[in-house]
Amino acid sequence: MSGTGIGQPVRRKEDQRFITGSGRYTDDFQLEGQAYGYFVRSPHAHAKIKSIDSAAALAADGVVAVLAGKDLAADELGGLICGWMVHSKDGSEMKAGAHPALAVDRVRYTGDHVAIVIAETLAQAKDAAELVEVDYETLPSVSDGLKALESGAPQIHDEAQGNLVFDWELGDKAATEAAFASAAHVTKFSLNNNRLVPNAMEPRAAIGAYEPASGDYTLYTTSQNPHVARLVLSAFVQLVPEHKLRVVAPDVGGGFGSKIFIYPEETVCAWAAGKVKRPVKWTAERSESFLADAHGRDHHTDAELALDAEGKILGLRVHTTANLGAYLSTFASSVPTYLYGTLLSGQYNIPNIYVTVDGVYTNTAPVDAYRGAGRPEATYVVERTLDAAAREMKLDPAEIRKRNFISEFPHQTPVIMNYDIGDYPASLQKALELIDYKGFANRKTASESAGKKRGIGFSTYIEACGIAPSAAVGSLGAGVGLWESAEVRVNPTGSVEVLTGAHSHGQGHETTFAQLVSERLGVPIDNVEIIHGDTNSVQFGMGTYGSRSGAVGMSAIDKAIDKVVAKAKKIAAHMMEAAESDIEFADGNFTVAGTDKQLAFPEVSLAAYVGHQFPTDEIEPGLKEGAFYDPTNFTFPAGCHICELEVDPETGATEIVKMVAVDDFGRIINPMIVEGQVHGGIAQGIGQALLEHGIYEPESGQLLTGSFMDYTMPRADDLPHFDVGLTETLCPSNPLGIKGCGEAGAIAAPAAVMNALSDALGVMDIPMPATPHTVWSILQQTN
Amino acid sequence: MTTVSMTVNGKAVSEDVEDRTLLVHYIRDHLRLTGTHVGCDTSQCGACVVHVDGRAVKSCTMLAAQAEGADIKTIEGLADGDTLHPVQAAFKEHHGLQCGFCTPGMIMCAVDMIRRIPNLDEKTIREELEGNLCRCTGYQNIVKAIKAASEEMRA
Amino acid sequence: MYALKYHRAKSLDEAKQLISQSEDPKIVAGGQTLIPTLKQRLASPSDLIDIANLPDFAGISVSGDTVSVKAGTKHFEVATSADVQGKIPALAHLAGLIGDPHVRHMGTIGGSLANNDPSADYPAAVLGLNATVHTTERQIGADDFFQGMFETALEENEIITSVDFPAAEKAAYMKFPNPASRYAMVGVFVAKTSGGVRVAVTGAGACVFRVPEMEQALAANFAPDAVASIKVPADDLNSDIHGSAEYRAHLVTVMAKRAVAAAIA
Repeated sequence: MSGTGIGQPVRRKEDQRFITGSGRYTDDFQLEGQAYGYFVRSPHAHAKIKSIDSAAALAADGVVAVLAGKDLAADELGGLICGWMVHSKDGSEMKAGAHPALAVDRVRYTGDHVAIVIAETLAQAKDAAELVEVDYETLPSVSDGLKALESGAPQIHDEAQGNLVFDWELGDKAATEAAFASAAHVTKFSLNNNRLVPNAMEPRAAIGAYEPASGDYTLYTTSQNPHVARLVLSAFVQLVPEHKLRVVAPDVGGGFGSKIFIYPEETVCAWAAGKVKRPVKWTAERSESFLADAHGRDHHTDAELALDAEGKILGLRVHTTANLGAYLSTFASSVPTYLYGTLLSGQYNIPNIYVTVDGVYTNTAPVDAYRGAGRPEATYVVERTLDAAAREMKLDPAEIRKRNFISEFPHQTPVIMNYDIGDYPASLQKALELIDYKGFANRKTASESAGKKRGIGFSTYIEACGIAPSAAVGSLGAGVGLWESAEVRVNPTGSVEVLTGAHSHGQGHETTFAQLVSERLGVPIDNVEIIHGDTNSVQFGMGTYGSRSGAVGMSAIDKAIDKVVAKAKKIAAHMMEAAESDIEFADGNFTVAGTDKQLAFPEVSLAAYVGHQFPTDEIEPGLKEGAFYDPTNFTFPAGCHICELEVDPETGATEIVKMVAVDDFGRIINPMIVEGQVHGGIAQGIGQALLEHGIYEPESGQLLTGSFMDYTMPRADDLPHFDVGLTETLCPSNPLGIKGCGEAGAIAAPAAVMNALSDALGVMDIPMPATPHTVWSILQQTN
Repeated sequence: MTTVSMTVNGKAVSEDVEDRTLLVHYIRDHLRLTGTHVGCDTSQCGACVVHVDGRAVKSCTMLAAQAEGADIKTIEGLADGDTLHPVQAAFKEHHGLQCGFCTPGMIMCAVDMIRRIPNLDEKTIREELEGNLCRCTGYQNIVKAIKAASEEMRA
Repeated sequence: MYALKYHRAKSLDEAKQLISQSEDPKIVAGGQTLIPTLKQRLASPSDLIDIANLPDFAGISVSGDTVSVKAGTKHFEVATSADVQGKIPALAHLAGLIGDPHVRHMGTIGGSLANNDPSADYPAAVLGLNATVHTTERQIGADDFFQGMFETALEENEIITSVDFPAAEKAAYMKFPNPASRYAMVGVFVAKTSGGVRVAVTGAGACVFRVPEMEQALAANFAPDAVASIKVPADDLNSDIHGSAEYRAHLVTVMAKRAVAAAIA
């Protein structure tokens, strides 16, 4: 299939509405009779709520209601949940404190939810919110993960003594110790992984609506997984039974993980709509996004690498303290454990690995999955520590990687994962060529004569994507299965509607999924509609995150198409009076082998609905099939990113002059979209390395980087042109050979940038983000 | 309350609004032109960029009352009927958007940029995008789209 | 934003009258600093007096060696004015670094100076060029105009009408932006005029300030090396998550050196 099939850079179908201003994001909806909600938030990092007096607010112009935690409690609604059980070394379950959608007697971070003021207009709600008098008794707070574990630190939840939610381990401790005992060289390296604020450009929003006649609730929300939201709100929060709640996630303006989670605001809007019997709309201001969206990363790590005299890795030992924030967000516990520790083998043949992770409560915004989720942190540990070893052992950073690459597949790592396929030397080699590694020495000399310090840095990363299979994630503690569903509906005229449980919030599913249908059924791409994001349309699905929609979501569509084709062949066989086994289907035509008989796909689809030309007692009329697809393994995208940069030693400013990415994503459906995903990921990775940092003031627990005035978002002139290349080994674990591409850039780039910076400065220990001030300070110490 | 009258996408509009109403809220909530977005509250992100009397401005940093008598163009008014503006077409052709949220502001910014600057090179485009944030694309294809549109419109 | 009353003044007299009649008035011209402040509810004026549409309130003219910029002139106009580019290219360059293109389409020189944000760019040019600020009441020299953080010599009912910039023999502005906000972390304006050499620093302290040691050194030798080893004390400089006072002090020297290099280039 040419033009619009698999592998073609098809221009996106969804673009038409976005470039003309016709997209429909949650805040674009105005429901009849809608009122506006504004949240009263805690100005303190930690405090007891002694009383809430809302009388003045209730008396203010336009105010419909003021609802607080006690009202939620009176309605016996449950709290928000963390859906992944992690056990400590001693086998005990993680110690999770309660997470009410509105605080009852205690607030635990700046921005915590205290009450909602509902009014006729947003301005009135906001005016009245200032009149809600909350009497707080402030308590000492702690925002740093390591400090939260110190004795005498403020106790945040009674359930987690000493603020320790879990102390988790993975790997063989004794074997790893033995490997270290026999090592010729041991490299020790401590590193931070800075807290990030996801900052999808569309702020979160929610509109709750209630239909008194039927008792039905509808929630419009900025979600990456509306079905999971419905499940949690019905089964756990117990707002209303699942069949009485519709969740719609319309156009969503970016997620990067932050819109996976079930948040207090959407919960409260849905519930409040039932209380006030009219739609309640809330849209985050950006400052609320900073305060109350789930943040990402925030690790302190001590790593040790044992090597033999030739630089072959013998063992890796890692201890990480993961700041989880004030409450456990929906998947918070999985990120620094099963999405992190399991990736510590990188692309390398490491016989022994032992990792321990302390998950810690602090008085900060909850921390959960953000683009890459655990895998950027793992890559950063492995790639930085390996570079430190190369530096100490005076080995070329490319050479030490080559010496340790895994070369035979499948490969069982000591940390659960079984890599199915890859070709790591190929991506390294291609990246070395793209960046002209041989010419680097000359470029460095030229920079030096211009007063600049030049460096080059590598990151040969691996990730586990296509988050699934259900049995595997279940055995690791996931509260859900991670399959995906699809329903392929062929209309009588031969046009096709695909209902998918995946959700597109920038990924371009309406195009790539349609490319698959177009390729398989020979239907023009304009005759394919991808439907997603509405629990009333799609029966169930797990949503989009973890680079899973291609590998898992499209595979489900592929399976459903198999069933459609099988049934259509039966119908075609009857229509052409041939044996079913003689029917062939290609390029949208059914033919009878060895004859010139043929039927076009729309002729068969029409016949399927007319039902005149086949025995309807043997074959049901209609042409609609569904599939639930559960893969056999994770997928393992991998590749090599190389960064070359220049530092101005007078100001400490860093300029990335070259950024090369060579990735193996398995089969590519649409190379244009894949490249776009890589670009965006790298931008976020560079942002983490050089620009972005969520900083809480240690004493007060106030978020110092609470707006774009202080939190440095990557802008166009902060970033270089990215040179992107591909290698390909087809994934054997799903029918399409797809590995996934959404997170690679964010996973690989930070280590590449920081390794380049270390090369330029001759210093390994540089914290992220390496701002001009940070770099300048390091140069002051070393000079 | 104050009465504001202006021309929006060629159409005269007039309405009573609260004095404190921002132009972006007037456009979105009163005129129901929801293509113009709000992505921040500190006048940084540029999702709200519209043209006021032919120049790109941030509609979140202006009261509706300040636009009294002005000629406003929003993303909805950019295409000529069914014919896309060259910048719109270039964003599609060069994959200059992903989630689409920053896109209207980016396109309105780009149209203004191309109007002002005859020969746009990559460096200039990146500098001129200082007032527009995108979290999806890493800007590479936005830059590419603007350059292509600029060349096409000069041709 | 808190509720307020908006007025559009048709003349300076009307503006002054509206100011005197209002309980807690604020003047708005371009509004690029004021509107964000109001949105954050950091100020709650009772009345907003819009002077953006006053007749004859914007424009640039040249008379001899003086460039006169009327108060309502937008940053974009100054940045792209052939007159400014011809007479004081450093001023046009500086105006082109303020905010972003959209902000430059709205923001005005009068608004910027009246606000006197410690990290704004214009104060560096006004002080560095020893410009004269004309108001509805009087004219104020640059050295007297800027009085502290967000503080100027302006009285409550006094409105800036124009600014006269003397042309410089050599001048340049070098800005090291705050990575997040892109305001000046340190901006240094260096000018050599018939009246002598001036070095004005914005962003580093509570208010724009001059560096006399640098001025003296440059008067003797207008070359980058002349200032390369002159340090300003860090004691009174700003310190925040983006840069310590010591870093800012260091950047003052670096930016001054680079500004001189640019001025003689």
